[in-house]
This record gives sequence, C-alpha cells and structure tokens, in this order.
Amino acid sequence: MNDTICAIATSSGIGAIAIIRISGEESIEIVNKIFKGKDLTKVSSHTINYGHIIDEQENIVDEVLVSIMKSPKTFTTEDIVEINTHGGIAPTNKVLELLLENGCRLAEPGEFTKRAFLNGRIDILEAEAVMDMIDAKTEVQRKMAINQISGKVSNLINDLRDDMVQIISNINVNIDYPEYDDVDILTTEILIPKITNLKEQIIKIIKESNNGKIIKEGIKTSIIGRPNVGKSSLLNALIEEEKAIVTDIAGTTRDIVEGQIKINGVILNIIDTAGIRETDDKIEALGVEKSLKIMEEADLILFMLNNNEELTKDIEMLLDKLNNKKYIIIINKNDLETKLDKNLLKKYEKQIINLSVLKHQGIDSLKEKIIELFNINELETKDPTYLSNSRSISILKRCLKSIEEVEKGLKEKRPIDMLELDIKNIWEELGLINGTSYEEELLDEMFSRFCLGK
Amino acid sequence: MYEIIVVGGGHAGCEAAYASAKKHHKTLLITSNLKNIADMPCNPHIGGSAKGIVVREIDALGGIMGKIADKTHLQIKMLNSAKGPAVQSLRAQGDKVTYPKEMLKTLNEQEFLTIQEGMVEDLVIENNEVKGIVLDNGEKILSKIVILTTGTYLKADILVGDTRTRQGPHGEKPSNYLSDKLKEYGFKIIRLKTGTPQRLDKKTIDFSKTKKEPGDEERYLTFSFDLEPSYKLDEQEPCYLTYTTEETHKIIRDNLNKSSMYGALDDIEGIGPRYCPSIEDKVVRFSSKERHQLFIEPESRYYDDIYLQGFSTSMPKEVQEKMVHSLPGLEHAKILKYGYAIEYDAIYPTQLTASLETKIIKNLYTAGQINGTSGYEEAACQGLIAGINASLKIEEKDPLILKRNEAYIGVLIDDLITKGIRDPYRLLTSRAEFRLLLRSDNADLRLREYGYQVGLIDDEKLNKLNTKKQKINDLLVFMQENKLKITKEVEEVFKKENIEVPTTTLSLEQLLKRPEIKISFLEKFIEIPFKEEIKEQVSINLKYEGYIKKSFKEAEKMLKLEKKQIPENIDYDKIKNIASEARQKLKEVRPKTIAQAIRISGVNPSDISILSVYLKKEYGKDE
Repeated sequence: MNDTICAIATSSGIGAIAIIRISGEESIEIVNKIFKGKDLTKVSSHTINYGHIIDEQENIVDEVLVSIMKSPKTFTTEDIVEINTHGGIAPTNKVLELLLENGCRLAEPGEFTKRAFLNGRIDILEAEAVMDMIDAKTEVQRKMAINQISGKVSNLINDLRDDMVQIISNINVNIDYPEYDDVDILTTEILIPKITNLKEQIIKIIKESNNGKIIKEGIKTSIIGRPNVGKSSLLNALIEEEKAIVTDIAGTTRDIVEGQIKINGVILNIIDTAGIRETDDKIEALGVEKSLKIMEEADLILFMLNNNEELTKDIEMLLDKLNNKKYIIIINKNDLETKLDKNLLKKYEKQIINLSVLKHQGIDSLKEKIIELFNINELETKDPTYLSNSRSISILKRCLKSIEEVEKGLKEKRPIDMLELDIKNIWEELGLINGTSYEEELLDEMFSRFCLGK
Repeated sequence: MYEIIVVGGGHAGCEAAYASAKKHHKTLLITSNLKNIADMPCNPHIGGSAKGIVVREIDALGGIMGKIADKTHLQIKMLNSAKGPAVQSLRAQGDKVTYPKEMLKTLNEQEFLTIQEGMVEDLVIENNEVKGIVLDNGEKILSKIVILTTGTYLKADILVGDTRTRQGPHGEKPSNYLSDKLKEYGFKIIRLKTGTPQRLDKKTIDFSKTKKEPGDEERYLTFSFDLEPSYKLDEQEPCYLTYTTEETHKIIRDNLNKSSMYGALDDIEGIGPRYCPSIEDKVVRFSSKERHQLFIEPESRYYDDIYLQGFSTSMPKEVQEKMVHSLPGLEHAKILKYGYAIEYDAIYPTQLTASLETKIIKNLYTAGQINGTSGYEEAACQGLIAGINASLKIEEKDPLILKRNEAYIGVLIDDLITKGIRDPYRLLTSRAEFRLLLRSDNADLRLREYGYQVGLIDDEKLNKLNTKKQKINDLLVFMQENKLKITKEVEEVFKKENIEVPTTTLSLEQLLKRPEIKISFLEKFIEIPFKEEIKEQVSINLKYEGYIKKSFKEAEKMLKLEKKQIPENIDYDKIKNIASEARQKLKEVRPKTIAQAIRISGVNPSDISILSVYLKKEYGKDE
C-alpha cells in the first residue's frame, strides 16, 4: 500500500504549466533517475530545484522545476515530489510515462487524499468525502478502463496470455510431475523460440496500443490530393485557427513535420512534404506510389477532392486503399460548380466533409470529425482512456523488459524453473490490463492439458 | 484429565500427539484401530515434488515424519536434480510395514503420551468451547483441547462398481455421527472423494516386460537434518514402469457405465481431486493418448503387495481383473485388493484460523484430510502445527504461524483458510510464489529457530545450526578474498571445459556468479576447505543472487501488508460501499491482515481501499 504513486495534479489540456505529483517512499529516488540537474537525493527538504527531465536516451523531455518535500511535513506525510512542467499533453504525459517506467504506480482517484487520511493528516469528515469518491469512481473506472482498450489490443493480449499459460503450465508439470515421461519437457532449446515469439507479440501489442501513442506522439496526419486541390491552404487554415502551435517535441517523430495543430489538446502532426507542397510545375502530378506509401504510414488521412473536378482513375484507385485506415474525405471548393460525381463516393458517405477552405466554411465540422474519429474528447478528460492506456503501455513495457530478461536467462542456461517465475509474473501483469487473473486458471490449465495422477 | 486429546492416529494425529507430548503436555491419542497408526492406505511413498520439502520443514521444526521415513524407506531419490535448486525435492518409497511400526515405537517411547483405542462420535461442548470427547459407548473423556485428525473416516463410503459400503479404507467401521454433530455445532461440512488402485501379488508379475526405476544409486540422501543415512545404496528396492495398452482402453470404454463414477452409482456427491484422476477419467478425457504411464511399486520388504500407481478406478471387480491383465507384465497378475473410490466428509477450511483452531468452537483444532487436503505430508505438517499451537495455547503463548515466504507449510495453511478448496488440496510448487526462498536445502535455515522457540528443537541442534550459519558466512568471505589469477595453466583448464576464459583476475565470488562455473570447477585451482552442505548454500546464494533478491523484495512487499491487522471483531456489514461479493467473502474468511484480504478471490483493489479507509476511521488509534 505504501508504494510510490504519481498523477498529473493539474487539469490536463492547454495550460501554462502542469504539475505532476509523486508520493511515497521512493519518490525522490525515482524522480532523481529521470532528472538532470542537482542530485535530488541530497537537496534539503522544501526546496525548488531547476533542471531537465530526460528520457532513457538522455534526451531532454522538458525544462522543469522540481519541488522536494520530505516526510513527514507533507500533504500525505510521505516524501512528496512535484514536477512543474511546461504544460501540454505530450510533454506532461511523457514525464508521467517515464515515472511509471521507473517504478511509480499511477494513483487511483482520491489516492493522495486517502493517504493523507490514513497517515493522519486530515480528519474523518474529509475522509467521508474521499470514501464516496473512491466508491463512485473506482469500480466504474476500472470497468471503463477495461472496456476501453480496443478490442484488437485486448484480443492480442488474450492470445499472448493463452500462449504463456501453456508454457507456464507445461513447466509446472515438468516440475511437479518429474517422473512422467509422457509429458513434453520444455528444454532451453524449445523455449528460446517460444519466448522470442512472446517478445515479438508484446512488441506488436505496444504498437497496436494506438491511443496511447496518439497521446504521446500526436496523430500522424497526411493530406493527400492532386495538386491545386487546396492542401496547403487547408493546412494554413487549420494552423491559423489554432494559434497555439506546439514547439517541437523531442524524439517523437522522425518525419518531417509540415505543421502542428492542436485539437482539444491533442496534437496533429501534418507530415510529409512531397505530397503537399504545391509547385507551379503542373507536370508534378500526384505520385501514386508515393501517396500509397504516405497513406500506409499515417494514423489519419485527410483525402482532399475538388468539387469542381471529375474523379480521375488514379484517385479512384487510391480511395480503394483507404479501407483499413482512419480517414476523412474532404470535398473542397464546394462554393464552385459541382463536377464531381458524388455517386461514385456513396460508400464513403459517412466520412465525407464538404468545405471551402477559401471561404472558411466547414473547417469546424472537419475538426469535429477528427475528434469523433479518435475519441479525442475521451482522451482529453482526466480519465480512464488515457489513464488505462498509459497504464497499459507502462505495464507492457515492463513486461517487455522482463521477457527480454527471460530470453537472456535462457541463453545463459539459467534453470527454467526460475525463469518460469518471471514468465508467471508477466502473465499476471498482463492479466491486470484486461481483467484480473486468478491462479486457479493456471491450475485448471495444468490438469486439463496434462494427464497426471495416481 | 488430559490436556490435549488427538482424535485419529494417521499422519496428522501422530505428529500432533508427538509434538504436544514432547512439550510435556499430557496427551491422549485415540484411534479406532491401533493397527492403523501411521497407516499408508494409499500410495507407498513419502515426499515428492513440493511434498518432499514439506517433510524437510517438518523435520526442521522438530516433527518426526522425516526421521521415520529415513529409517524405513525402500528407496530414496532427489526429484528434479537436473533442474534449479528451488524445485529439487526428495521422494522416498516407504515401507508400509516398518514405517507404522517405527512410528508406533517412537510414540510409545514418548513420555506424557497415552495411546488408546476408541471410536469418537461426539464432542463435549460448553459455551462454544470444547471440553472433551464422547465415545460410541457413551464414555466421556475430558481435556482442555481436542485436535481432530480423522482423515477419511467421517462417514466414509467405499465405492466399487455399483456398490456403496459404509466403511473405512481397510474395511473398518467409520465414524457415523461425528460429522453430523459438527454440522449441528455450526460447521459447514463438504463431501470429498478420492480413489486408490489395485494391490497385486509380486510373485505373479513378469518384471522383464517392465522398465526398472531405481533409487538414487550415487549418493546418500536423508529427509532429516539430524540423522546419518542408515541404508545401503545398493540395497534399495526398485520400482517398475509399465503402460496401458489399446486393449486396456477398449475394456474401459466398453465398461464405462459400470464405473461408480460414470453412472453405476447415481448418488455421488464427493468432489475428486483434479490432480488424481481415475484411469477412467484419463481414458475419457485424454482419448487421443495412446497409452498412460503406470508405476509398479513395492509396498514393503515384508510382504508381496505391489501398488499399481496410475490405475486408480471404481470399476467392478470383474472389469478390474480384465483391465489389469491387459497390461504388459501383468497378464497373470493376481489382484490382492481391488481399487476403489472413497467418499468422506470434511470441514470447509475457511472456518479455521491460521493456528488451525476452528473459529466456531474454541480450543478445537483440526488437521489433515478433515480440512480438505490430501496426502500424508500435507496431513503431517498440519498435525505438527496443530499440536504445537494447541500446546502454545495451553502455555498462553502466541501461536506459530508460518508465512508464505517462510515455508510450504505456511502456503498450505494460508491457501486453505483464505481461498478455501474445490477439490482435495494437494501442495504443488506452483502454489508457492516464493518457492525460490522455500528450498529443500535451506529448510533448517528457515525454520529450525522456530522449532527451538516452541521447544521441539534442543540446544545441541540449535548450536549445530548456528555453526552452519557461521560456516556459510566464513565461506562467503573466503570466496571474496581468494582470487584466481589467469595463468597459462589456468587458461588451459578453462578451455578444456569449454568455459570462457576471464580477461582479468577475478575473485572466486565473481567467478562463481557466472552461470557456467560450478564450485567444483573452482576447486581444480584452489582447495575450498568446507563441507558440501556449506558449499551448496554459498553456490546457490551467489549463482542465483539476482533471482533470490527479487523474491525477497516481493516477500517484503507482502510482509508490509501482513503487518496491517484487521481487528477480529470487525463488522463488515457496517462498511458502506464495499462490493457485495467481497463483503460476503470477507465475512466468510475473516482475514487477519490486509495481505490476507488481498489474496481472497473476489475481493478487488477498490474493496481493499475502502476497507483500509474504514479501518483507519474506526480503529485509527491502534495502527
């Protein structure tokens, strides 16, 4: 119960600064691991310290002020650290994520207050309020958190756990029933490829945990369309609308970012130049190959068509490839005469936005559509989607580290029964992402899969 | 008047009676049949995976199972010797004649202990406190404490084919009323089931068609930390291995409806163990398997019965004949005793505290199969703990409660009282989350001091332990101080063994930490003047340092939560907002600590939060 917890203390979204609060025995030690500046373990209590938060590769994530408040004279009576960051969802979340990776646990709603109460800092009246808050929120949030992991990620985790449980129960049977020669013995040689496969599955799940990535890196957005369809005008219009342009985020993207806009606090990184930059050279038509590649990499495709032009064969072919992506078809220049055959676009109906960049019509509906598509409103509130994902991702990353250790142990020919303990821990942790795991599951698996007994 | 009465002379009863008498409490061991003291009605072995470690733990605490097994076994070996140190475990083939004999001798020699025959059918109870026992002839015997270790004898039914007979494993009279009485006193009683295979006449078996399974012929092994081996390596009795055939499977499938469990009896209530399926179960559930392994095990040096492990069944006798004769080597085997299933009553174990005293009746303790476990070792360790704690209660001392990170015994009791059971409970290594700490090799280091504190281990044995600890430290220092210089000769030896040559001078400690280097390899260069058991401890601690540290860290987390006590009189109905499933489970188990509460299935983290806040609010000053 006295593990170290952290949470963003200020409301998320756009603000000049954001504060992340950490409480618990290891809070100073953990923050010190990701802090470049003074050695925080040596500074006096109740001081404010200037420095930088750095990531694993020592890249600077943000310039910060860190307040150190040592036990017992703090809100929770535990050691508390508060990090003042430069606001903005991305850097703040990155800091939070680093804390989670380094041993903090994300605080539950009301948990700081709860600790304050348990440690005798506040009285019963306040505690009643805390009780209600915990009651009202935790269960709902727990369920929401579970529900809101995308079905795909959830399925991947289930598949992974199924694979793991087979390995675990097989090893356990090898240990508990060593005299049975008809049970396969999992040797190091057999296990190495299995573990490597588990590792690859975890990597894949991390990749699939899209929402988390969106929070961290923003939405990689490409505007596709023929020259002169109004791509850069749209970009400019969007940028103009949103005056708050975020500064570059260290280490987030290798792409050339044309521009960044923020919608309800989430960043849209508009990427790639060639497709967008209009030249006077009319010969540079739409490169189909190139566009396909851009579409492949994007999280969001804004596919622009000209209301005043007929659909060409190459465009039709590109539209066909949109199936598995998140996309919005923008029909620009709706102030001009309609030459576009809208019947051909019937099947995309739900994803179509009509607008005129020139006249500034329809930009808002475009933004709403984006918000809808990525559940941005849900992401933005304080809350389960974001929390669950950032929590899931930090669990997944921990699991990845552990499975890499198992792999290493195998290569060093460590006893398999010891490595099994790590595999089982990973299995249990993964279970936390989409529901709880019970040991009985394991025993059942053992006895249903293997034939044992007197 | 007796201080303690132990009801039942099985493995639990023997340890309980021995411990309390050893602690100078006037004890009565009452059994329905003196011939059945320490009887092994089912398989003839002691130990096995996880269970072997429990026998070591019993010995470390001052119990007797390990010593008696050491003196009498037919063969012994270390299981999993090729695997890591955490899962190695001893398994001995017991002698069903000499083991009980030796046990009876030990108990007869024990001061303060009386052994008597009698059938207990009721308890003397006043104000929810036990005061003694009532025999079937109406006689009352009074005591301060009663320990029930009735095994499978509560309303035991033997099932063979379509017959159900009210009797114990050897055809004795079971206790017909005691479990009804317990129900009247408020206990939740459950019905469990287990089974046993045939016994065959050794002379009629053709062993040439089977595979020999000898004991460990390389080194001497003992369960006990105090005994020198008293057997000869080459005089161990082998076991043998055979397999079922397609014909066996056909016989079983053709006669399935004649098995008690597959319809011949329509009143089966008992839940059988998942890990101990009958041969019918195996053939039905694993129909794709071409054959099942069977162990042919001698039961004693003094008679010819052979135990057919893996062939437990409740088929009628004539089908059993056909089944046995379809097995290679057993074509002409004479069946001395047919396999059967047995149904019996047990107490649902969440009604116990960790000391094994019941929550419902004061001064009543229960141990062994009555608590829903199966296995001699599981029974014996509970008996020992019940015996110790009953004595401590009389002495007005705190009970001995072993934690999950201290002993398999702690895991077993905590599982029983916290999680309850679905089927007869068997210990498995996978149940122990801290199994890296709970090894066979360190049972004495973990538990001897407790044995000393409770008075079952004498000064001499404690001194021996302290010397061992000192030696371990000395060797560690030795390993740190001695370094290996890499000379041409040294290099050669490394290369010869295919071990990567170190680039600089390293201490023996650093070298031993490398996975591929054994302490025996280092002895090629430097003499290490310490006993084998000391080298073993230091090797394990150094080689698996990282893993062991991780386990310790996990254990510490749990221990912190174990310190958060939940008051005994807490009223869970008064806590608002707790989920109803959690409330019901908490009321049933009544956990002593937050750590125990977390382990109850159906209690979620949010419930724990609410519980913590409530505790602080109501009992804040106590924390």
